[in-house]
Amino acid sequence: MSDAKTRGPGPLASVKLFFTDRDKLEPAVITLLAAIFAILMGVGLIFVVSKDPVTSTKNFLLGPFLRTYNFYYLLVAMVPITFTGLALCIIYQLKYMSLIVDSSFYTGAIVATAIGVRLALPAGWHPAVAMLAAGLAGGLIGTLPAILKIKWRANELVSSLMFNYVFYFFGSFVILYFLRDRNQTILASMPFQKTFALPKLVENTQLHAGFIIAAVFVALVSIFLFRTKWGYQIRITGANPKFAAYAGIPVASVAIFAHFVSGFIGGIGGAVEMSGLYRAFIWQMNPSYAWDGVIVAMLARKNPKFVPVSAFFLAYMRVGADFMSRRGDVAFEFITLLQGIIILILASDKIANYFKARRLRRNAFAAEAALAAAPAGGVRSDGGGKGTAGAAGTGGKA
Amino acid sequence: MDYLLRTEGLSKVYPNGTLANKQVDFAVAKGEILGLVGENGAGKSTLMKLLYGEESPSSGTIYLDGKPIGFSSSQDAIAAGIGMVHQHFMLVPSLSLAENLVLGQEPKKGKSSFFDLEKAVAITEELGEKYNLKVFARARVVDVSVSMRQKLEILKALYRGAKILILDEPTAVLTPQETDELFVELQALRSHGHTIIFISHKLNEIFKLCDRVSVMRDGRMIGTHQVADVDRQTISNEMVGREVLLSVRKDKAKAGEKVLVAKDLSYIDDFGIAALDHVSLALRKGEILGVVGVDGNGQSELVRILTGSARSLSGSVVVKGRDLTNQKPGALRRAGVAHIAEDRMTVGTALPASIEDNLMADRYFHPEYKGRAGFLKQAAMARAATEIVTTFDIRCKSAKQPVSSLSGGNMQKVVIGREFTADADILVIAQPTRGVDVGAIEFIHKRIIEMRDQGKAVLLVSSDLQEVMSMSDSLVVMNSGKIVAYFEDASATTDKELGLYMLGLKKQNPEEIGKVLHE
Repeated sequence: MSDAKTRGPGPLASVKLFFTDRDKLEPAVITLLAAIFAILMGVGLIFVVSKDPVTSTKNFLLGPFLRTYNFYYLLVAMVPITFTGLALCIIYQLKYMSLIVDSSFYTGAIVATAIGVRLALPAGWHPAVAMLAAGLAGGLIGTLPAILKIKWRANELVSSLMFNYVFYFFGSFVILYFLRDRNQTILASMPFQKTFALPKLVENTQLHAGFIIAAVFVALVSIFLFRTKWGYQIRITGANPKFAAYAGIPVASVAIFAHFVSGFIGGIGGAVEMSGLYRAFIWQMNPSYAWDGVIVAMLARKNPKFVPVSAFFLAYMRVGADFMSRRGDVAFEFITLLQGIIILILASDKIANYFKARRLRRNAFAAEAALAAAPAGGVRSDGGGKGTAGAAGTGGKA
Repeated sequence: MDYLLRTEGLSKVYPNGTLANKQVDFAVAKGEILGLVGENGAGKSTLMKLLYGEESPSSGTIYLDGKPIGFSSSQDAIAAGIGMVHQHFMLVPSLSLAENLVLGQEPKKGKSSFFDLEKAVAITEELGEKYNLKVFARARVVDVSVSMRQKLEILKALYRGAKILILDEPTAVLTPQETDELFVELQALRSHGHTIIFISHKLNEIFKLCDRVSVMRDGRMIGTHQVADVDRQTISNEMVGREVLLSVRKDKAKAGEKVLVAKDLSYIDDFGIAALDHVSLALRKGEILGVVGVDGNGQSELVRILTGSARSLSGSVVVKGRDLTNQKPGALRRAGVAHIAEDRMTVGTALPASIEDNLMADRYFHPEYKGRAGFLKQAAMARAATEIVTTFDIRCKSAKQPVSSLSGGNMQKVVIGREFTADADILVIAQPTRGVDVGAIEFIHKRIIEMRDQGKAVLLVSSDLQEVMSMSDSLVVMNSGKIVAYFEDASATTDKELGLYMLGLKKQNPEEIGKVLHE
């Protein structure tokens, strides 16, 4: 080992680069393969069920790009799942499983609706106030499963799913009793004030300023997780809570705070969706963007930087499937199947570790072969047991 | 010579890429006690797992009675007459010894399928009589001593028809007296015609007990010797591959003022047993206070309470005049208590996180690392981490590498590097060298002495009696959650004498023990 040191930084530096790159590259490759595999499966399915598979396939794959309107619609569809995806990145960095962001998002939309309908504020301020209020509501709701887990060890996945029902029906109650437009036959709130609407980015499309707000949040969450002390606390607590506590990190408050931030982002997402896309609250059921957020966060490997990419991909499949179903004989629901496939691939540790395991195995056998080739006699003078590990590293490179 | 069990060119590659056994040729003859020595990580345990069918070899062959065998599980090995006593016992604590013994092969009442406890007890007592391994058949495992649990494990293997017994570091949990007793029992088994493979890294035990000794290093078999024809230095050089300094060099301690005073600490564990029973002690600057005791006699609980990881039911912990009883670990760390946790894998490190993140976990909020508005100064953190990596000789490719990719010794250096640079006045050190290779042990011991000479107060807990005795300036002995002896001068006692206290056979009077408070 000592002779490796005297060789200077040259080869060591390249080894360093080699190591970190490999470790980051492999998950990216697997994620990409999962996405391609899902699309191929989708095409295969189309050929099984469709009477005109070629047209359907074309609509599915190219639909989002065939018309500018469709493309803008794809960008609009990215917005809510970017917010929920970011919120879940934080939860997954903490290694919690709560899906409470569904409640945060939905309640955020309700709070925004109340402000959009009831309050008179100047344009610009109106949606901003709504977002802040929605964020706070979402954040407070977000802390509930974390508090239950810390106080009574209630499983956060179960409790958050239960809370999602509670807050869904509470939201419906608020709309029905306080905000309902009685002139409408369907369940809808009274129309928002004009000042509530976010400006459009491109005239005559649905693309609204919420797209930019989402992009800003991608940057903010990246900075939060990887550049600030709170992000550090969250990542360390997620990596090993026992270690975090031992090192003096206040793990309980970190978990609750992380849930607050996650819910805050979810709540803002709900408000952005309301003020960007709608003239009144008209959801007949919960759109459950949290579940899409799960896929987005998983595809992004819980790194906010990659959330826009995975949100784009999911929106692309969505819009493609939507376009295809309206113009052919394949139902929109087939998208759910593809999402299932993606989750299966990404959630399977064995597949995820395939490349790494293969590389390590190859290195080990290379080391063994080198050992067999080395002159017999066993006892080597350098005596550095770890020397062979270095040899394994170079063996893999060859 | 005809060997009973033999391997030829046995290699094992683990899925994570570790080459744990390389072309190992190993052989044991019928009716002998064969010692297997090597440092931690030398491949002893892997070799035994291959022989016991818990792992299957990547290449090579195992021969039993001259016939090649391939075990697909330990069930096959047991059927072939190979039994293993693991370092961590495989027993059900809430069941009686007799029930544990027959588990899986229970005697039935007549032709019914009801369990016959009386017959199980009879079997246990008969077997114990035959092999001179007497146990309380009706007692629950949780209520009996560690050495009796070990006897039960040996009986369990014999009950299942083992002719070859593999014992994995059986003396690690025993006092010197219990070790002597075990050796007598093992020699009796040999005279019954049983074959024993005895794994250890304590050379004096090998020389006392074994007929032959095989040495492993770095996954390879280095050599096998008749114990009568070989000396210790040869074996220890073969184990390490170089000359080793076996003793610790240190000057006399210059004990200063008291910096930590713990009084009357108590803790009740999950079984309702008083794991810590009104323990008091004081730590002084520039002095290493060693804690001796068989594992599980309250040492872990004491460490956890002193460092804020567990709550005491009574008493107080005062650090430099400030009452910090039952405060969180963070508060104790800020008051200057650093802590090397006994388990570096589950507590001492965050395995998936980078070396850098692990090194900064107790100080990321210090002004030199935290800028305005909660932003971290990442360049400063990286610089500090790299410096620790260099000073503590942590062998890695980069500080950004996950801790999980390091060897045991280097992982421990990450823990030590962090805790020894924490600018603490008090170091609570538990099992600093458990599972660490000899080179790293030397390094760690030197660092601990250095810290003492810088005027730090050190509490050293270790289940390695030799380590505590050679490192410590003064000693306390713990038994059943109590301090039963205090030696102001650690060199004024012997391991035999300590053994009597560890077993609870001897106890000092309260005045003698009370001197540990230096009042």
